[in-house]
Amino acid sequence: MDQFGGLWFLVSVMGNFNEIVLIAILGVPLFTGGTLIFFPRNKIGAIRAFAFFGSLLTCLLSLYVFVTYDYHAGGYQFAGSVIWLMEPLNINFSFGIDGISAPMILLTGIVMLAGTIMSWNIKYRTKDFFVLFMFLVAGVVGTFSVRDIFFLFFFYELAVLPMFPLIAVWGNTTDFGSFLRTKEYSAMKLTLYLVAGSALVWIGIIALFIETTNVGSGTFSIETLSQMSEDGVFSQKFQLIFFPFFMIGFGVLAGLWPFHTWSPDGHVAAPTAVSMIHAGVLMKLGAYGIIRIGMTILPDGASGWMPLLMGLGTVNVLYGAVSAMGQRDLKYVIGYSSVSHMGLVLMGLATLNPIGVTGAVLQMFSHGIMTALFFAVVGMIYERTHTRDITMLGGLAHKMTFTVILFAVAGLTSLGLPGLSGFVAEILIFVGVFKTAAPLAVLAVIGAAITAVYVLRLLAKAFFGPIDSKWENLTDGEPRELITNGLLAGIILFVGLWPMPFMNVINSGVAELLTRYAI
Amino acid sequence: MTENLHLLMPELLLAMLALVVLVVDLFLPEDHKGYLPWLAILGLIGLLVLSINLLTNTEVTLYGGLIALDNFSLFFKCAFLALGIIVILASMDFVSRWLRSPGEYYSIVLFSILGMILMVEAQELLTAYIAIELMAFGFYVLVAFGRNNRKSNEAGLKYILVGAFSSAIFLYGLSLVYAATTVTHFDAIETSLRLALTNADQIGPGLWIGMALMLAGLGFKVAAVPFHMWAPDTYEGAPIPVTAFLSVGSKIASLAFMLRLFSEAFLPAIDQWQIIIAVMSALTMTLGNVVAIVQNNYKRLLAYSSIGHVGFMLMGIAALSSIAIEGLLLYMIGYAVTTMAVFTALTALFNMTGGEDISDLGGLGDTHPYFAAAIAVALFSLAGLPFFAGFTMKFYLFAAVGVQGLLWLAGLAVFNSLVSLYYYLRIIREMYVKPSPESVTLLMSHSEASNNISKPTVVITSLSVLLTLSIIYLGVYPFHLVKIIKAATLSIWD
Repeated sequence: MDQFGGLWFLVSVMGNFNEIVLIAILGVPLFTGGTLIFFPRNKIGAIRAFAFFGSLLTCLLSLYVFVTYDYHAGGYQFAGSVIWLMEPLNINFSFGIDGISAPMILLTGIVMLAGTIMSWNIKYRTKDFFVLFMFLVAGVVGTFSVRDIFFLFFFYELAVLPMFPLIAVWGNTTDFGSFLRTKEYSAMKLTLYLVAGSALVWIGIIALFIETTNVGSGTFSIETLSQMSEDGVFSQKFQLIFFPFFMIGFGVLAGLWPFHTWSPDGHVAAPTAVSMIHAGVLMKLGAYGIIRIGMTILPDGASGWMPLLMGLGTVNVLYGAVSAMGQRDLKYVIGYSSVSHMGLVLMGLATLNPIGVTGAVLQMFSHGIMTALFFAVVGMIYERTHTRDITMLGGLAHKMTFTVILFAVAGLTSLGLPGLSGFVAEILIFVGVFKTAAPLAVLAVIGAAITAVYVLRLLAKAFFGPIDSKWENLTDGEPRELITNGLLAGIILFVGLWPMPFMNVINSGVAELLTRYAI
Repeated sequence: MTENLHLLMPELLLAMLALVVLVVDLFLPEDHKGYLPWLAILGLIGLLVLSINLLTNTEVTLYGGLIALDNFSLFFKCAFLALGIIVILASMDFVSRWLRSPGEYYSIVLFSILGMILMVEAQELLTAYIAIELMAFGFYVLVAFGRNNRKSNEAGLKYILVGAFSSAIFLYGLSLVYAATTVTHFDAIETSLRLALTNADQIGPGLWIGMALMLAGLGFKVAAVPFHMWAPDTYEGAPIPVTAFLSVGSKIASLAFMLRLFSEAFLPAIDQWQIIIAVMSALTMTLGNVVAIVQNNYKRLLAYSSIGHVGFMLMGIAALSSIAIEGLLLYMIGYAVTTMAVFTALTALFNMTGGEDISDLGGLGDTHPYFAAAIAVALFSLAGLPFFAGFTMKFYLFAAVGVQGLLWLAGLAVFNSLVSLYYYLRIIREMYVKPSPESVTLLMSHSEASNNISKPTVVITSLSVLLTLSIIYLGVYPFHLVKIIKAATLSIWD
């Protein structure tokens, strides 16, 4: 037997693979980031390669988790739990994913890999960049994969922390003469807004904990809390008071109007990969938090406050779309379009019916991929033209044909062209909203129409038409960039044409969530 | 009287060690003074081992209830001995560069530590008073140790005046309590308080005035609003390692003493003093954090930030209960480790550049990437961000305060944490975004030319690494520390 010792070990690890795979998805970025600290600063090639393999591994693992998630069974899978602190806090590091978090994990893996590849040209403090980037991703993955509020909050804040240096050091200052946003300003604004949001969440969590200690031993476990919620531990009054703490606290990160102003500034100032992760994945943390804590544990509060969220979401959609129309900076257009699309997610959640909520979760995924693609392409254009001013660009399609095609795919998804992922998600949301608040659905559709206006205008102005002589020497994307972004575009197409694999998984999670709501 | 004398060995030996350092200093030639701190450190390590072996799970009171040797005292005894080791390690380079008379310096540090240990052990007011004075006298001298530095002298003078004044207030309060109850032992005070509360006419207002004055005296010691005015000037003027020692040692010792005093003596009157301390804590954290925003000298900034942290810690006393005591003890350790980490890195930088303004930290991310990272980690920890000790300790303490029915206070604390993040980020921005100021660049290139005179020493670098790792360890897995804290809490709260 002895000579097979190593083999047996391998077999037993593989047998338990499903129990540790989430730890691995969390551990790989942490390990990659932690190991990179010890790399010599000037070995940029080695640093990049190591970061790439870390990202690739995370992405493959996340794909594995998503594909093997058994949606017939539903519930939390790949679960495990370790005691972290004993009485009286009773904090467990328990992890596991359900139908709502599984697509989010996949999204994180994909965007992380794409972001790493798009950061290939970062020359300034490359090592520090990737270390922070890896910790950022670890925070995001952690938030999506835990089943304990303490750790959800822990990873949530961990994801916010690296944003400040990532934007302040590697970001870009926007200067249009009359309009100046320095990268330090944007970084500070973003961090303070997000931490202010999490301050509200923190208070809400303490309030939940107090309620649980009143009926026995305190707990932070999401499952125990939602069980308690079904048993009527949280009075309706309590729920109505504290649901807004989660709705607004997490809503800040989801870009909820009127707390969204950090988002365009932050996204524009951030370097490409960070914009991709931030708009693509991090904003979803906000919506995810509302689902996971607010809607799961405080159903009465959610029912009471959802009309407000619906209204604010509608404002988001319209306000974001109208603001996007007025921007001169290519990246600001995308930034405001994110605000607009996150409004759709919030509206979908606020319907509290299966169609709308499923649409919202699918929109989270679809918008994540789409925005990542947007920012990646804008990054490519900026690297070559050194401007993001739409009035200065023109006719880029002649020189950067493939890049512009990719941008067009993202743009058409954004306006909801059938056959692309945005259409599936948005149609579900619209149907869901029609069922609960028909007039607002009309407004949301108008928002989508405005999206069509600014996207098409952008395509016409910046990419088509006669080429300006100063862009004669532009080159199209390198294979590295085109393949990565082509894959993102492929996913958009895949989800648009065959959404069932996603719908099945999401449905299983949403159905479980909505059992709390009598509809 | 003497049958349990061996249990006091650590205290007796510590006093002896301080004297030995003083005497050895007389006989050491000038160029061998570098051995002194190592002598003190070896002694402290020995005492740490001895205390743990001798006293674990001992629960006795000595000398008719003057001194309590229990897990609570042991916890703080070990913490203060370790703090002594850290402070001496962090001071070594600084003392040899900037201060004279190393013998006196190290010996006074040891005496102050003895005072802190006795403060936590005292179970009787006069004993406690003497212990407080022993600690405070050490600090009076240490603060003014930069004899040729005007700021240091000013700081020393201010500190000794305010300190003497606050001691007098404390002593006056003590005498009023004694006059009202005719006892000074904690358990006897508790009994009288219980009686007083059941028969309101039996004991006059003197008791309440006495308690209020004692609280005011202690408020001065921990720099709680409105008794905080001395702190920023004193912190700014004192030599950096002393500032660190002062902001960690004296605060934690005073708060630990308050914990024992309030939970063993004043507990019956919790309804009377709880709101006072809660309001004091609210004012302290708000003022400390808001005023810190406008500071330009990093020692002043950290002084105000530490006032803010005292505000957080006072919440633990306002919410007195076993969960709050656990939270407070965790907070104290996390705060101590993190603050020492900041100051260790700043001491190392000061040794190289001599600058004390936030702008002197400009470009640190390029010139000293390691120390910049250490400072950033520590500041993120103080701001309460996860992965670091600060998040765990704040979460524990704030949750505990909330559970005790003070959710408004916990909420205020959460928002104060947010404010603190803003000014910590200012420092971080300075280090990573701003270019280094001319003077530092010049000094750096100059020093590189002259054979790297101002490279940080191995000792202070390793200490800094160790403290940074501890911050992360406490942030990621505080399980073992919390287990010890639970044992300590049981001694004063059952």
